[in-house]
Amino acid sequence: MSEVLLRIEHLDKSFFGVSVLRDVSFELMHGHVLGLVGENGSGKSTTMNILGGVHRRDAGGIELDGEAIAPQTPREALALGIGFIHQELSLFPNLSIEENIFLDHFPKAFRRLPFISRRGMRERAKAALELVGLDASPGTPVSRLAQGERQLVEIAKAVIREARLIIFDEPTTSLTARESERLFGIIERLRERGLSIIYISHILGDVLRLCDDIVVLRDGRVMAAEPRSAFTIERLVTLMVGRMIDQLFPERTTRPDPTRAALSVRGVSQPGVVKDISFDLHPGEVLGVSGLMGSGRSELARILFGLDAHAAGEIRVYGETLPARSPRRAMERGLAFVTEDRRGEGLMMDASVRDNIVLPSLPEHASPFLRFIRPTELGTLAREMAEKVHLTARSPERTLARTLSGGNQQKVVIAKWLMRQPSIYILDEPTRGIDVGAKYEVYKIINELVAAGAAILFISSEIEELIGMTDRIMVMARGELRGFHDRSQYQRETLLRAALWD
Amino acid sequence: MSFSRVGFVLIALRFAPLLLFALLVVAFGMGSDRFLSVANLLNIVTQAASVAVMAIGMTFVLLVRGVDLSVGSTMYLVVVILGLYLSDLSLALSIPAIMLIGLAFGAINAWFITYLRLAAFITTLATLFVGRGLALQISETKMVFQSDTVQTLGRSSALGAPWAIWILAIVAATAWVILTQTPYGRQIYAVGADPDAAAKAGIRVRPIVFSVFCICGVCAAIGGLISVSQAGAAAATFGFQKEFPVIAAAVLGGTSLFGGRGGVLGSIFGAVLVQTTENGLVMLNADPYLYPLVNSAIIFIAAWVDGQRTTITERLEQRKIRIEPG
Repeated sequence: MSEVLLRIEHLDKSFFGVSVLRDVSFELMHGHVLGLVGENGSGKSTTMNILGGVHRRDAGGIELDGEAIAPQTPREALALGIGFIHQELSLFPNLSIEENIFLDHFPKAFRRLPFISRRGMRERAKAALELVGLDASPGTPVSRLAQGERQLVEIAKAVIREARLIIFDEPTTSLTARESERLFGIIERLRERGLSIIYISHILGDVLRLCDDIVVLRDGRVMAAEPRSAFTIERLVTLMVGRMIDQLFPERTTRPDPTRAALSVRGVSQPGVVKDISFDLHPGEVLGVSGLMGSGRSELARILFGLDAHAAGEIRVYGETLPARSPRRAMERGLAFVTEDRRGEGLMMDASVRDNIVLPSLPEHASPFLRFIRPTELGTLAREMAEKVHLTARSPERTLARTLSGGNQQKVVIAKWLMRQPSIYILDEPTRGIDVGAKYEVYKIINELVAAGAAILFISSEIEELIGMTDRIMVMARGELRGFHDRSQYQRETLLRAALWD
Repeated sequence: MSFSRVGFVLIALRFAPLLLFALLVVAFGMGSDRFLSVANLLNIVTQAASVAVMAIGMTFVLLVRGVDLSVGSTMYLVVVILGLYLSDLSLALSIPAIMLIGLAFGAINAWFITYLRLAAFITTLATLFVGRGLALQISETKMVFQSDTVQTLGRSSALGAPWAIWILAIVAATAWVILTQTPYGRQIYAVGADPDAAAKAGIRVRPIVFSVFCICGVCAAIGGLISVSQAGAAAATFGFQKEFPVIAAAVLGGTSLFGGRGGVLGSIFGAVLVQTTENGLVMLNADPYLYPLVNSAIIFIAAWVDGQRTTITERLEQRKIRIEPG
């Protein structure tokens, strides 16, 4: 059986005038597994979100079994037979497996009355769970299942809705090796039943093993759409990356001082999170941290800043041991932490730029008499900081953080920390979701900080940015350090492969 | 190893109210020989029926992360209307009538909360004052006496159990069936666990939130009827601050203030626990000024247990990046 199930033709999509998909076309056969690969921001998710009814396309066509479709909501997509297993599962842990499966279409006990047929539900759920190989009673609460098992429930949900096509978005990021193997077995079984699969993953070894055809995306364009046999890991990586980036990063003139360690980490471990992490961060150095989502980068950052506990190991700041689990102490010792989630954790959206900037420094600048706040002094300082980070907001007193662009919000977050004059910065994805111009500004700020002697731990998913901005890169995967790369030996392919852990 | 220890703590926290209950019963039993008599225990349940019915309604609201502070005013308003305007009706008519009034009051709350998107806390705090104010206007702050039919109801019993217990049983059974045996009920739990995810799963969140406040209003009305049938008349303080024991009963019974967890049986148990405390203190001839202190201590423990349980559960659900060997 090799009829075409899904045909995507000339798909275009842009967000706020920025084109993210350009003329994307490919086909998927009945009973085939299609691998979709590309770097972050290459358009994989957007393509799948259009197919799954999350986003609307600007132009182009989608045909399913020869019929033109245009799902407007995830529900419509599901009704058309498109199941979407997101990276973040959408299950309700307080309900049982069967209730999660049937949540919006419970089988009725009597035709007219609104009672659930527990027996009908159980029997159908059981059959679906058997198919996906989940050995658990359908009545088990989802909260008792491991992450991998929850994913099987999601698959069962799609199967029971008679999906013809199931999309897996990075399904293995939170799975153990054994769970991944089991997932591959199930994908194989689904394929044998005639279902088609789209498999999105960064782990190229898995893609090559599992898929019949592979589509490579870069910058919203299809770089290649060919059978598996046409690809090697090397070719995939070359297709995925490969872009001129030289002028995207400002020149840095200062060198790190390798004789001292600003931040010294020795054997930091936390069961289930990170294992045996050791490194030195020198004054004036930008140390990049590379790795996939779920590699433990952000978790490590939280441990270093004292937000989460660690079971073993030592963290020293300029030779002095940092007490565990105390962000306050970490701040006193000169640590600053710019979080990944600027909206959720970094900023008070409804407060003014000034109030945001001065917040962490209020105690230091309180008046000696009764610890009152001194607004004039703080206002001057806030303006100074805003200038330092090239913030374009006209009046820091009156502008609300909410009204700023992503790039300017990020600058406010940095300014807020600048005010405390930290010596060590942990930046977690500082340029995520901001445009190229604002990125350049953030890079300039980073260079100014290290020129003044600060040490920076720069966490990023964008390998190019790490190559352009850092003195060294350490690669993490599955909570472990996979090695260090010096600026002199940066190579996109080796870095990518180290992170992929093949 | 460490997991099983956490598991043990979770189990201990789940049964904490039961342990508390057992402790109280033993303590009161030792302090007074009348406390453990069958008559007194039956009396406790009868006394608890009103709060229990209202706690069942509150459970629906708490399950979707809401709260209804206006239940005490609802019950007072309903009882005033019943005593002043509906006293000639037979029970077959007056009971549905007051249920309708409760429903209407709940629907007003629901409308503000779901369509004007006001916080449930503020909305029901406002209607708490509106409801009581309205009822005081109508009653001219005088005692409202009930008709003979209503008063007889409070004294009558069937098959050895007072009428109040039968009403409680009917409400409880209905609520239990709704929450556990209908799609609507299961969707309430889903909405409470994660409203955004529920909307994405195709559940119509707004009608569900609307309806639970209506249910809570109906239950408050029934609670008012039970209470006034036992007392015979309603003073201006009738139902005053009733929201406190009602919410406490639900929370003591294991219903989470954070939504998505709880049930009918727990709330009844919680109401009985609250009533037991009060009854026991009376039996011990404790200083009446002590009651609020003891009650709030118990509620504090319940809220603390709920908070602990939620923190621990969240920690357990945190994503694991690597699996440690062994």
